[in-house]
Amino acid sequence: MAFYVVQFLTGLASAASLFLVASGLSIIFGVTRIVNFAHGAFYMLGAYVAFTLTERFSGALGFWGGIVVAALVVAVVGVIVEMVLLRRIYHSPELFQLLATFGLTLMVEDLVVLIWGPDDLLGRRAPGFKGAVDFFGQNIPSYDLFLIVMGPVVLGVLWLLFQRTRWGILVRAATQDRDMVAALGVNQKWLFTSVFAVGVFLAALGGALQIPRDAVHHAMDLRIIVEVFVVVVIGGLGSIIGAFVAAVLVSELNAFGILIFPKISIILVFLVMAAVLIVRPWGLFGKPEAPARRTPGLTVNPWRPLTANERIAALAALALAAALPLVGGNYALTVGSEIAIYVIFAASLHFLMSVGGLASFGHAAYFGLGAYGIAFLAKMAGLPMIVSLLLGPLLGCLGAAVFGFFCVQLSGVYFAMLTLAFAQIVWSIAFQWVAVTGGDNGILGVWPEKWAAGPASFYWLSLAISALCVVILRLIVFSPFGYALRATRDSPLRSEAIGINAKRMQWTAFVIAGTVAGIGGALFAYLKGSVFPDSLGISLSVDALVMVLLGGVETVSGAVIGAIVFKTLNVWLVSQTDWSKLVLGGFVVLIVIAFPKGIVGTLEVLIARWRPNSPKPPLATSRVEVAE
Amino acid sequence: MRRRHLLGAGLAAVVAGLSGNAMAQSEIKIGEINSYSLLPAFTEPYRKGWQLALEEVNAAGGINGKKLVVISKDDGGKPADAQTAANELVSSENVAMLCGTFLSNIGLAVSDFANQKKVFFLAAEPLTDAITWSKGNRYTFRLRPSNYMQAAMLVEQAAKLPAKKWATIAPNYEYGQSAVAVFKKLMSEKRPDIQWVDEQWPPQGKIDAGPVVQAVAAANPEAILNVTFGADLVKLVREGNTRGLFKGRSVVSFLTGEPEYLDPLKEETPEGWIVTGYPWYDIKTPEHDKFLKAYQAKYNDYPRLGSIVGYQTIKAAAAILIKANSTDPEKLIAATEGLSMGSPFGEITFRKIDHQSTLGAFVGKTALKDGKGIMVDTAYKKGADFLPSDAEVEKLRPKN
Amino acid sequence: MSGPRTLLSVEGLTKSYGGVHAVRGVSFELRAGEILALIGPNGAGKSTCFDMLNGQNIPDSGRVTLLGQDTIGRKPREIWRLGVGRTFQITATFPTMTVRENVQVALVSYGQALFNFWSSAPQFAREEAGRLLDLVGMDGYAERPCGELAYGDLKRLELAVALANRPKLLLMDEPTAGMAPRERVELMRLTAKIAREQAIGVLFTEHDMDVVFEHADRILVLNRGSLIAEGTPEQVRANREVRAVYLGEGLVYDARHREGAH
Repeated sequence: MAFYVVQFLTGLASAASLFLVASGLSIIFGVTRIVNFAHGAFYMLGAYVAFTLTERFSGALGFWGGIVVAALVVAVVGVIVEMVLLRRIYHSPELFQLLATFGLTLMVEDLVVLIWGPDDLLGRRAPGFKGAVDFFGQNIPSYDLFLIVMGPVVLGVLWLLFQRTRWGILVRAATQDRDMVAALGVNQKWLFTSVFAVGVFLAALGGALQIPRDAVHHAMDLRIIVEVFVVVVIGGLGSIIGAFVAAVLVSELNAFGILIFPKISIILVFLVMAAVLIVRPWGLFGKPEAPARRTPGLTVNPWRPLTANERIAALAALALAAALPLVGGNYALTVGSEIAIYVIFAASLHFLMSVGGLASFGHAAYFGLGAYGIAFLAKMAGLPMIVSLLLGPLLGCLGAAVFGFFCVQLSGVYFAMLTLAFAQIVWSIAFQWVAVTGGDNGILGVWPEKWAAGPASFYWLSLAISALCVVILRLIVFSPFGYALRATRDSPLRSEAIGINAKRMQWTAFVIAGTVAGIGGALFAYLKGSVFPDSLGISLSVDALVMVLLGGVETVSGAVIGAIVFKTLNVWLVSQTDWSKLVLGGFVVLIVIAFPKGIVGTLEVLIARWRPNSPKPPLATSRVEVAE
Repeated sequence: MRRRHLLGAGLAAVVAGLSGNAMAQSEIKIGEINSYSLLPAFTEPYRKGWQLALEEVNAAGGINGKKLVVISKDDGGKPADAQTAANELVSSENVAMLCGTFLSNIGLAVSDFANQKKVFFLAAEPLTDAITWSKGNRYTFRLRPSNYMQAAMLVEQAAKLPAKKWATIAPNYEYGQSAVAVFKKLMSEKRPDIQWVDEQWPPQGKIDAGPVVQAVAAANPEAILNVTFGADLVKLVREGNTRGLFKGRSVVSFLTGEPEYLDPLKEETPEGWIVTGYPWYDIKTPEHDKFLKAYQAKYNDYPRLGSIVGYQTIKAAAAILIKANSTDPEKLIAATEGLSMGSPFGEITFRKIDHQSTLGAFVGKTALKDGKGIMVDTAYKKGADFLPSDAEVEKLRPKN
Repeated sequence: MSGPRTLLSVEGLTKSYGGVHAVRGVSFELRAGEILALIGPNGAGKSTCFDMLNGQNIPDSGRVTLLGQDTIGRKPREIWRLGVGRTFQITATFPTMTVRENVQVALVSYGQALFNFWSSAPQFAREEAGRLLDLVGMDGYAERPCGELAYGDLKRLELAVALANRPKLLLMDEPTAGMAPRERVELMRLTAKIAREQAIGVLFTEHDMDVVFEHADRILVLNRGSLIAEGTPEQVRANREVRAVYLGEGLVYDARHREGAH
């Protein structure tokens, strides 16, 4: 019995720091609607700064003072980030802020290594909380007891802050209705800045409090950020109580889950998140989201099929790309194939995001399923390459059909999080089910057959399939289905009122996007000759998001350019420097500030400005006449 | 299409030939890949090690008079990126061979690439048994003692312990799973009387150490096998110390004696663990002294195990190239099979049968000295003594 | 019943929220070609009533029969398929699409082409879309992005969209809200003209009494969830209870109407 009590208390201790970080994320999202990907980075910075301070200043005061000062220092960093970076992009399309904070995360990961060195750092134990307390023969670390108290105390302080101060009331009002608070004449700028500061402070405090238990290292951020997203989503975005309950729930699940299913702990939380979202789409304590905010910068430039001239230009670009084998070496061709494959992948997510209005955070799942489909068919069933290429993506299609069915019942961030949960579940299965998938070591020897084995032949194959996929997706955008899908994105109310079953349209779009991603994954398996769980992983999903946002989510085919630019840069940087994350992150942040509409979106605006004399309606008529 | 293809290939060959030829006279390039940005704590000492070796090789006359050049690439910890890098090295840089890699999956990815493209590959650090056995191929050799060898070295000591009830803690992925499997198999062969009372599989990099420690303690084993490393190990040790998990229990632990993993534990280092590792402060052989002096002189820092691996990788590459006196992969393979050479750990041989080197490791016990973790009672275990019989290896390796 | 057939029949519609009766026992009928106004002060239950007719809300009890079919429990999109077009108090259109595309989407849905992935949507039912836009006087705006339209034009576009499924019945929630007085009259004249020509029944809620009394054939008056009066504009205008309710609200509608009459 004592054992279960202690196990429960241990779970509570883990919950405390999780809660600190999650509540910060939740507050920031509630008010600013920013999905702050950099929250983990602030957590990590908190730990690093606290390490430095507690090493320098001795004694109890040095330790506890160091913890608090570290959190404050990082909060100041947060304020600077908010004022310099985020303020410029509140009016950018949704999720663009996610891109910015993602870029920031990349930079911080390299910066901490530059500043604090690559080694794991072992911080001091907390003065006065070094030992353990005996509980009927079981030892409970006294620091755990401290953390157990800390959680509810912070919850209480936050509660007082939100209930009893004018600032708190504003924050709560803003969480419920931002426009109203703006209308009341509240200085939104400073409200956002202060909220961001509080959120970052909590994250950094959570990180700083880890130093007596954990090693401080440069991958702490990724370890926590996904779990924190899970907690916030289970609890309900914007709800502090929800974050607390969910943190306890997740930690206790971990604590007791390992007793029953020691091998499943990695996916347990995602299973729970998926279950919660299916039953309660807005989390345990969340409220239904107000209808998605109409992004102020939303394009009023309607999409149109390519004009005859543009079509010729596109064909010329394709022909130029097809001529690469005449000048490029094997390496250029392999990189070319890889880029072509990423174009397929990015275009499929772009279709889902910009036409369907569904931002998936787990799109790599379908890419990876396509790749594993190939590995199973070609390697284990021994099917010929053409047959495998035709059948492999069906695994992506199947996965998208099953997961998509549940995902499209939700919308907005909750949709994104459920896609993430499913992707993580698939990833974990591939990672841990060594007998079937080879686990981390993957499935090797999936090389193309002779006719496609040469770098030039494979490049042409990838290019052709890539072009075909992009053309097909474009045709669908301008098909009756595409119109109706955009209709469900633009106005759920109106589309329902004209007889459109939005869920079915979205589900279909999800399956289309998943299948096309699967085609990309299938080619990828042949390109690399192997399949690893990475190709299902979060970082690939995030890469896809970055490519789409980089190209411009409000464009028809921006992802094509986004993929080419991002992948080229990525390959080149990784090859040129060990600090590729720093440079790439900096580049992403720069793009976000300089081209808030993405590369293609910005180009479109520039072209429109460049032809100021062309009146709009005539332009429109001429374009429709050329369209098929 | 076909004609164009031929034409294109021809052009590409001409272009490549023009750019590569002039340099090829005076130098030999080899390609090196590792997870520099993902695992800087391990790859930095490794890089220092190979850079030292490269200096020494060239100071001693290079490769039969030609300068040895290492072109190094980061793989970011991703197998796919490692393959892109390998491709660049082979296709664009025309390297004579590939070497390096740390993570098992990346080692396997590059090894499969090498097999497909018929390129010589010397895997430096990956531990997985698959790279020389179940997925072994004729183009791939491996330097560091494998998972199996480390397990066998530990089992030799562990079997002497009186403990009969064992628990295991290992990260839940291929490395952890196969380490536990091999250890259990070898251990049960020597000691049919032992029982396995609990197993914990924390996710790699995400151990929730308190509950794990608590759960193991509840099973009340007499001895514990640990396979976690890095930040997970730090958390495990801290929680274990506070909760008294290690009191009165024997612990056997993979790799924990390597400075990379032992040093971050500082004053928390648990005493008396049986570990494999690299006690650089405790090795008194002329070969190692020479290496240690050169390393400390160049970097003003002590070597980690990665330094040894990096150093020996380039030394081995040079020895292979000198012996083959060619960059033809087949000749390189022929030169490597059975090649013996010196190393800071003494003489090593690349076995013909499975392309595994006989580099060994040190086994000893952890201890605390001046607030730092060290290994004591260390003994060097030759790799050759901890490999299965040739007949068994034949069965493990695919035929071709 | 003689004359035009009954399109919509509502019997004993009741809905309450936590003990508060939002709508109780409302019954009425609507015939083809008839324009029926549903009025009442704020909180009278107009919107609840309206939502129960178009499927956005489910009544506690009562029957709604549309063209002989029971519609209770059907989703808005299913009711639309029965031949009901509707407009919203705050216009709901597709802002990133052009005016013509807005109508085309409705025609795609009406033509059962939602899962057509191959045809060219810009060419889909182009003439029909043009005809509908022509009908509401929006043909000159066909290629304009919908997001740029003035509010009055959006209302007319919504009417065109609502007519795309050749409805038998139009449900219009506050059709003239937010419009300039002149635009209101134009829109309602247009609606009435189309309704009469095509024998479409129209049920609308409205705050503007000028609009109601000028265009409605019959008027239903709701107060506190119950129907307190029903009849022609003249009958309703003369009803004491209605006067009491509205005078209590401070709206002297009949005085204003007298000024506007003849």
